[in-house]
Amino acid sequence: MPRESYHRNLRELQDEVLVLGSMIEKALERSMQALKERDLNLARLVLDEDKNVNKKRFEIEEKALDIISCQAPMASDLRILLAILFIVQDLERMGDHAAGNAKIVMMIGNEPPLKPLIDLPRMNEKVIDMLHRSLNAFIVHDAEAARKIVPEDDEIDQLYDQVFRELLTFMMEDPRTITRATRLMWVGHNLERTGDRVTNICERVVFMVTGKMEELNVSTY
Amino acid sequence: MIKNILGQNVRDEVADNITGGRMHPEKCKLTVEDLDAWYGSKQVIQQVSMGIGAQHITALIGPSGCGKSTFIRCLNRMHEVAEGGRVTGRVFMDGYDIYAPQVDPVAVRRRIGMVFQKASVFPTMSIFGNVASGISLTRFWSRRRDLKDVVERSLRKAALWEEVKDKLDQPGASLSGGQQQRLCIARAIAIEPEVILMDEPCSALDPISTLRIEELMLELKKDYTVVIVTHNMQQAARVSDWTGFMLLGQLVEYAPTKEVFTVPKDKRTEDYITGRFG
Repeated sequence: MPRESYHRNLRELQDEVLVLGSMIEKALERSMQALKERDLNLARLVLDEDKNVNKKRFEIEEKALDIISCQAPMASDLRILLAILFIVQDLERMGDHAAGNAKIVMMIGNEPPLKPLIDLPRMNEKVIDMLHRSLNAFIVHDAEAARKIVPEDDEIDQLYDQVFRELLTFMMEDPRTITRATRLMWVGHNLERTGDRVTNICERVVFMVTGKMEELNVSTY
Repeated sequence: MIKNILGQNVRDEVADNITGGRMHPEKCKLTVEDLDAWYGSKQVIQQVSMGIGAQHITALIGPSGCGKSTFIRCLNRMHEVAEGGRVTGRVFMDGYDIYAPQVDPVAVRRRIGMVFQKASVFPTMSIFGNVASGISLTRFWSRRRDLKDVVERSLRKAALWEEVKDKLDQPGASLSGGQQQRLCIARAIAIEPEVILMDEPCSALDPISTLRIEELMLELKKDYTVVIVTHNMQQAARVSDWTGFMLLGQLVEYAPTKEVFTVPKDKRTEDYITGRFG
């Protein structure tokens, strides 16, 4: 192949997106664990790690920019680079949502638990699973796999709706729970937003493979 | 509606019938149909059909030896001048077959001018003389004043006038490479062609001169139809409206430039422009 080092750099950059993705997965897992176990140290760790997430994102952007400016990529290579630039932005925001949840854990501190956590961990698991598969679709350039992930965001939306209604009931029954319930609602909201970001990633994967910009997240939910 | 040289309608709706959907959807200045070309027994162009949009810049890209230079030489009947050069198929200009038996190839070349890779100025002839040479060979000019006007107009169109207006009597060879190439363009324009074919016009130029020629091409397309052969894909991407990718004498893909460089349909095009070729 005439442009071996260029294509190697491009492959390495895609691998780095995976690294960033696994950092986000870890942040999501840890922030939920911290919430469940009231582990303030773990929450603090998530907040600290978010700085590395941001750093990694800029690193990837810079490398992508280098390739664009020095190698004049075209066709599928250009689409890969554009997809990378958009995907790292979404990943970084997902990291912020995870960090947001870690902050909420810090705010909750040692307050007595409002209720056992069931739906929020389920939402979290689902988001992580979708994120994992979307990045897999990215790395193997599988538009169909990416398309199939998008409708699953409805499950997350449904769970969020459930969480919202349940917490609302708590608040109506006992206004003293409002603060605690609102905090859990924020966690749910952050996870719901994270799910939306996964669908963005899927859209970028479809663009990268097919060259078509499509709005995939047209939920009926 | 395609007409023969006598103005008779010979084919209807050629645009719809051309193979492979590679026709230009807008108004075509040139329409190529099933073109084959040979050097002796070696076939270098195979069944190329395409429409070249009027007042568009059409770029042809492809690896060395793919037949793109031969192809544009077929567009103004220059290929048949080469030793062993032979062409079959048809090329229509505004609906008239330029390969029809009654057509004078010189008349075709007057309407379809050409600029080559290496600036081919007449080195000892003055700048003025270089531009006027084409006209004096093709027309009878009774008044020197008319000639002066045409030379000035051509040099202006070639974006060279300001640089040479005070030294028109100096030899063409005194100009820089980029200026010489623009002088050649001025000479081509002077005979008022309708189509300008450019065969790697910038390959011997520095980046600034290259960008000047590219700007010039964009200016020229307001009045002319431009076809450019280039090895520089960025150049094709920067200036052309439509791009054709040629490989082994065949037109593999022909589409709006934006599409070719972002979402090429053919894997061979993709491999070539991303450097995975070979």
